[in-house]
Amino acid sequence: MADPLRIRVNGRDWPVRASPDTPLLYVLTNELELHGPRFGCGLAQCGSCSVLADGVEIRSCVTPVAAVANRSITTLEGLPAWYAEQKGLSSPPALHPLQQAFIDVQALHCGYCYNGMTVKGAELLANNPSPSEADIRKTMNGHLCRCGTYPRVMKAIQLAARAIAGGTP
Amino acid sequence: MSEPAAQSLGQAGSRLSRRKLLKAGGALIVGFAFAGQATAAPAAATARGTLAGPPDPERIDTWLAIHADNTATLYFGKCELGQGNTTGLLQIAGEELDLAMSQMAAVRLDTNVTPDQQATSSSSSIERGGPQVRAAAAEARQALLLRASQKLGVQVGSLVVAKGVVSIDGEPNRSVTYGELIGDKPFAIKFTGTAPRKPPSQYKLVGTRVPRVDIPDKVAGKYVHMQHVRVANMLHGRVVRPRGQRAYGSGAKVKDLDEGSIAHIPGARVVRRGDFVGVVAEREWDAIRAAKELKIAWQDPPLLPEQPHLPIVLRDAQSTDTVVVNVGNVDAGFAGAAHVASARFFSPYQAHAVFGPNCALADVKADGALVLSSTQDVYASRKMLATLLGMPDERVRVQYYEGSGTYGHSCYEDAPQAAAIMSQAVGRPVRVQFMRWDELGWDNYGPAQVAAVRAAVDDDGNIIAYTYDGWQHGWHTDETSTELALQKTPPERSAGSFSIIVNRMSTGSMYRIANRRVTSHAVPMAGLLKGSPLRSPLDMALSFASEQTIDELAFAVKMDPFEFRRKNMGDTRWLGVLEAVAKAASWIPAPAASRRSHAEIVTGRGIAVGTHHVSYGAAVAEIEVNTRSGTIVAKRLYGALDCGLAVNPALVENQIVGMLVQATSRMLKEEVTFDHNGVTSLDWASYPVLRFAEHPDCTPIVVQRIDEPSSGAGEEVMGAAGAAIANAFFDATGARLRQYPLTPERVRAALAGRNTGN
Ligand code: FES
Ligand code: FES
Repeated sequence: MADPLRIRVNGRDWPVRASPDTPLLYVLTNELELHGPRFGCGLAQCGSCSVLADGVEIRSCVTPVAAVANRSITTLEGLPAWYAEQKGLSSPPALHPLQQAFIDVQALHCGYCYNGMTVKGAELLANNPSPSEADIRKTMNGHLCRCGTYPRVMKAIQLAARAIAGGTP
Repeated sequence: MSEPAAQSLGQAGSRLSRRKLLKAGGALIVGFAFAGQATAAPAAATARGTLAGPPDPERIDTWLAIHADNTATLYFGKCELGQGNTTGLLQIAGEELDLAMSQMAAVRLDTNVTPDQQATSSSSSIERGGPQVRAAAAEARQALLLRASQKLGVQVGSLVVAKGVVSIDGEPNRSVTYGELIGDKPFAIKFTGTAPRKPPSQYKLVGTRVPRVDIPDKVAGKYVHMQHVRVANMLHGRVVRPRGQRAYGSGAKVKDLDEGSIAHIPGARVVRRGDFVGVVAEREWDAIRAAKELKIAWQDPPLLPEQPHLPIVLRDAQSTDTVVVNVGNVDAGFAGAAHVASARFFSPYQAHAVFGPNCALADVKADGALVLSSTQDVYASRKMLATLLGMPDERVRVQYYEGSGTYGHSCYEDAPQAAAIMSQAVGRPVRVQFMRWDELGWDNYGPAQVAAVRAAVDDDGNIIAYTYDGWQHGWHTDETSTELALQKTPPERSAGSFSIIVNRMSTGSMYRIANRRVTSHAVPMAGLLKGSPLRSPLDMALSFASEQTIDELAFAVKMDPFEFRRKNMGDTRWLGVLEAVAKAASWIPAPAASRRSHAEIVTGRGIAVGTHHVSYGAAVAEIEVNTRSGTIVAKRLYGALDCGLAVNPALVENQIVGMLVQATSRMLKEEVTFDHNGVTSLDWASYPVLRFAEHPDCTPIVVQRIDEPSSGAGEEVMGAAGAAIANAFFDATGARLRQYPLTPERVRAALAGRNTGN
């Protein structure tokens, strides 16, 4: 038998038991038992399942696991370490600054959409350290929230941008 | 902190072992050990959970336990839905007990553990759940002080408490802790409800902006939503149904089913009971594939009406009519009118559109069942499951795990019933998650409504007559899984508690109107879509129709719409929210549509009031209308809410922001669509909701009334916000939209109508 498929998630290698066509989401939730990525639509329409692949947000619900075999996956759980790496910090903070900002502005209701909000927001802040309101609206537009927390996601991203600029780990 | 508290909401591991799953004891045949209790030594705690509930509400021990380390565990019967009610209820308990937030935790709802406080619906957690918690905490405190007085040898009156440390007033060194007084032993006293409560003027914790207890874990990805739970030996299940529900009452009847069509999928098998069809597989993706690839043919359904004909169908149905309000003499009132406004309005079916589809896990054995779900009422859920499984209620244990914000009766009972049917059939635990199309297509929708509103003013701008007639159907009683499995024709409910009646509060009650009649026309649900409560049931429809009519009266007498409302209001609490919202929005009086421009993009502002059954809501909307494309953008919304004593104003503000955004979504975008065969809005493209780029800036205003009882805070701004947007459209364009959602097509049609003089 050929070597089993392996994927790299949050800096660790994992063997994959699922068939190669299985969407990454089901490997992350059922084999790695991660709580970050979660099912919302399975149609790449909502952002619930988002993860970073080599730092770029993708929808794990429609990405076959075999397609990410050579890429480095970061999930919600790995964002603090991913941030530390970018900033050259010696150890990861407990939370990514955006996660802290979500607490500071008490943004969430059910919190189900916050995997996507956090992953996409972190990607945005990595690419654009001081996003305008228009930048945030545009970038975050693929992430739905039924509870209507968009205004506070906006506030939190702006707050996190200021915190990062101020040198917050 | 003691074990039960430490493993409370959100911290239980998501993979529960088979050993715990099989742990038997007393009437509990099957069951995960209740989170935390397997390791909790104290006798009082281990006894909990072994017997089917509800525990006796007349015992203090049902409501709380004090641990040796001076912490407390609270047992609430209201569930966390993301609205923060756990935090609010802990504040109430902590206030009466004089405990700090860090000393308390609540446990998840569980029919073997938590008291029956009825459904977590109608924004009742703080309003109706709060007083019980407050009374129980006050009574526990009284019992603790009695013990302390014996221990310290002084009268109760000379004791003071801070953070669970009881001391003699003026002698802080002579003290004893709650933990030392009772430490994990039962109170063993009756809950009489007679202990004195603190007067609101002495509140230290209630009324403050305590941060939500559930947020840190949710942010960190450590929270356990229902969708995260996995157990050993579990199968993944999916339901197999026609895509999109059919005419209500006819279910979906299997014509042909080819089980061999999924033979190529490893471990996949079909579960069938009556017309209920599901598939299970060892791996989730295989279950999803099997559900998709199973060859199944359904009998042709009875036809639904053409969607555009729905208003006529509702209006012409054989209805059961109830006069909800009848004061004065409406005919005489209209006879003396200077101006009359009269129009028909239409509100669509709308979906709960839960962001993460419902999920549930069931483990059904011959002699008992354990079911995990996101039900808003664990005891009602247990009863339905017991009937479906053919077991006595006490053999079924239901545990609540928060799902994705539901805003009413989504598929949160349907999913656990599907899981239970499949687990009973295969003899293993089954986890079912609905697919996007299952959740949107088989939801229990907020019913559509046709309204006819007529209102009159005299020359001085006094509203002198008002009638509201609403035609809508009611709510379902049986879940789809039950209907299909038992091949039941559901009972019709066009009267009684499952019919929704036009709400008197939202239909003119806020104004002094001498002659007012409100009539509810209950239409049969059969042959239409399945209905159920959706956040602020019917109130968006009511306010949309009623508050636009009020606006038309103001326009007729050339008055500013805020001034007109203020002039016609008598109640100080309605005036309070109206004035608060106008002030926040820096409202400068001017009649509506008096500042119109001819630019391509025009702006407008609107004001409206509304509520659910209690509390007082008001909103202002500022919008932009692109007169060429017909697109409306809600730029800024203000929402004011008076919910009596706001236990935690920050939670209420968060609710208001959520309501403003969700109401904008429902007013501008949402409509369930269907063709003759069934529902066709099955994903986020066909059932669009408000997106990030489209959200308004939101300003929440809490009108705090510390001496009034707390009332609902999760629904009461929806109606006002929607109607404010509709009124803003008139202000911007001089045209009225009497059907929502206010889509670009409808906007263009309305503007074309105006230009042709209609
Ligand atoms: S679950 Fe992947 S985008 Fe919705
Ligand atoms: S917080 Fe509930 S879906 Fe966004």
